[in-house]
Amino acid sequence: MPKLLIGIITCCNFVQNKAMEIKEIQEEIIDEFSMFDDWMQRYEYMIELGKSLPLIKEEFKTDDNIIKGCQSKVWVHAELEDNKLVFTADSDAIITKGIIAILIRAFSNQKPQDILDADTEFIDEIGLKEHLSPTRANGLVSMIKQLKLYAVAYQTQIEE
Amino acid sequence: MLDIKKIREDFPILKRQVNGKPLVYLDNAATSQTPQQVIDAIVDYYQNYNANIHRGVHTLSQEATDKYEQARLKIQKHFNAAKSYEIIFTSGTTHSINLVANGFSSLIKKGDEVIVSAMEHHSNIVPWQMLCERTGAVLKVIPMNLDGELLMDVYEDLLSDKTKLVFCNHISNALGTINPIEEIIEKAHAVGAAVLIDGAQATPHLVADVQALDVDFYTCSAHKICGPTGVGMLYGKEEWLNKLPPYQGGGEMIAEVTFEKTTYADLPHKFEAGTPNICGGIAFGAALDYMNAIGFEEIAKYEHELLEYATQELLKIEGLKIYGTAKNKTSVISFNIEGVHPYDMGSILDKLGIAVRTGHHCAQPIMDFFKIPGTVRASFAFYNTKEEVDVLVQGVLKAKSMLL
Repeated sequence: MPKLLIGIITCCNFVQNKAMEIKEIQEEIIDEFSMFDDWMQRYEYMIELGKSLPLIKEEFKTDDNIIKGCQSKVWVHAELEDNKLVFTADSDAIITKGIIAILIRAFSNQKPQDILDADTEFIDEIGLKEHLSPTRANGLVSMIKQLKLYAVAYQTQIEE
Repeated sequence: MLDIKKIREDFPILKRQVNGKPLVYLDNAATSQTPQQVIDAIVDYYQNYNANIHRGVHTLSQEATDKYEQARLKIQKHFNAAKSYEIIFTSGTTHSINLVANGFSSLIKKGDEVIVSAMEHHSNIVPWQMLCERTGAVLKVIPMNLDGELLMDVYEDLLSDKTKLVFCNHISNALGTINPIEEIIEKAHAVGAAVLIDGAQATPHLVADVQALDVDFYTCSAHKICGPTGVGMLYGKEEWLNKLPPYQGGGEMIAEVTFEKTTYADLPHKFEAGTPNICGGIAFGAALDYMNAIGFEEIAKYEHELLEYATQELLKIEGLKIYGTAKNKTSVISFNIEGVHPYDMGSILDKLGIAVRTGHHCAQPIMDFFKIPGTVRASFAFYNTKEEVDVLVQGVLKAKSMLL
């Protein structure tokens, strides 16, 4: 796939319809990735996605918000807007950042309960399973746990 | 001249593909691959004479005991230890270091000093910190320069009659620096301190003669020298091993047991509680046989050629910086590309079938020293080739073009 096209798809990513459900977004991502013939295109796309990640504000990039993987650092922050959770994040490694961008695209702007009910199997389907393996020392597994923890916390807050 | 093509035939794993590409295994400093000869020794043990050792009168137990003790003799000969019982089988380097650190708890008192080098594997710093916490002793560190060489004049200043133990690796796992251990040992002895040298990274590349070195303790792991994981050895001078109390209690390390008192077995059994890794010990011996048959002088010469070639080719890449540029170093290259996180580089190299280590290599203090999150580390063994170096260089270029 030409780089330009990758760029266009990337630009459109975060202008998605806010009413979309997690499952729909995940299927949309699977569709996008199915256009690529090999791992290199997938990685190039992911790297582009990483560059367009909704970045966490510098003030939230604190040690408290850091999720320490063995090798790459991951920061994540959550805010509740209209009973939906909005995530921002960052990482010092670009491929990690790309996966975060994909995860956040699926989980951001969603109700906490929906985030809790959702799975991450679509990562497997787009051929990036190895990055979410618990043995991969990149902080992503802990990040997903953290996203879910935020969802639990805010769900409790909403119920109260 | 080594016949590398023939040597590679000995390693079944080198024929496999990773992510659809031929495997280029450059993570030898983490663990080496296993030749068929060693795999055969493991299979032979389980197929023909698997039994517990040192206790059975039956034939299998006798055979297993003989083979296990033969392996100890091979290790003794390889390191030129004076006595076979100065070789203690351990589960590996970490176990050996803990054994010594624990033993020194009873020989060290408050205010005494333990010296370690700044380029240690961080898991190897912990046992000494624990020793110091237990005893009130003080931990001192030999610093290094930007090339990754120890500052020997500072070392001399650190030494005093308070120094009881000096610990240093023979070769740094993260930087490949070969440390001047002869000088380290000699100067430590001059103030009456004992020396433990971690030979984990050195054993694959050179032969340490423990008597010539006059070292008090030396340790290595079998899996870095074509042997299996979970087994290693601790060499200790007889007088020191007698001074140290047993580390773990259990079977085989006792002479007589009553509820009032237990007397401990003689060396080496005093430090070998419980059923050991019998198969591992025997395979350790087989691995030494294999490497000695190839010859360490030839191995060192060939690996040096690989190191020089890889260094020269990698340095042609713009923005590439090598960490660890000591004059005396082994076939390890730690590097980064400006603006590229080592994790990203490693992920893409993996996709190309190239196995390198990325991260801090369990040597966080070294990474802090260079103010980097980690490095990409390519470490070469005698079965690697110049063609594989070329694949690495192409892979790094490919990753660089994708990531920047």
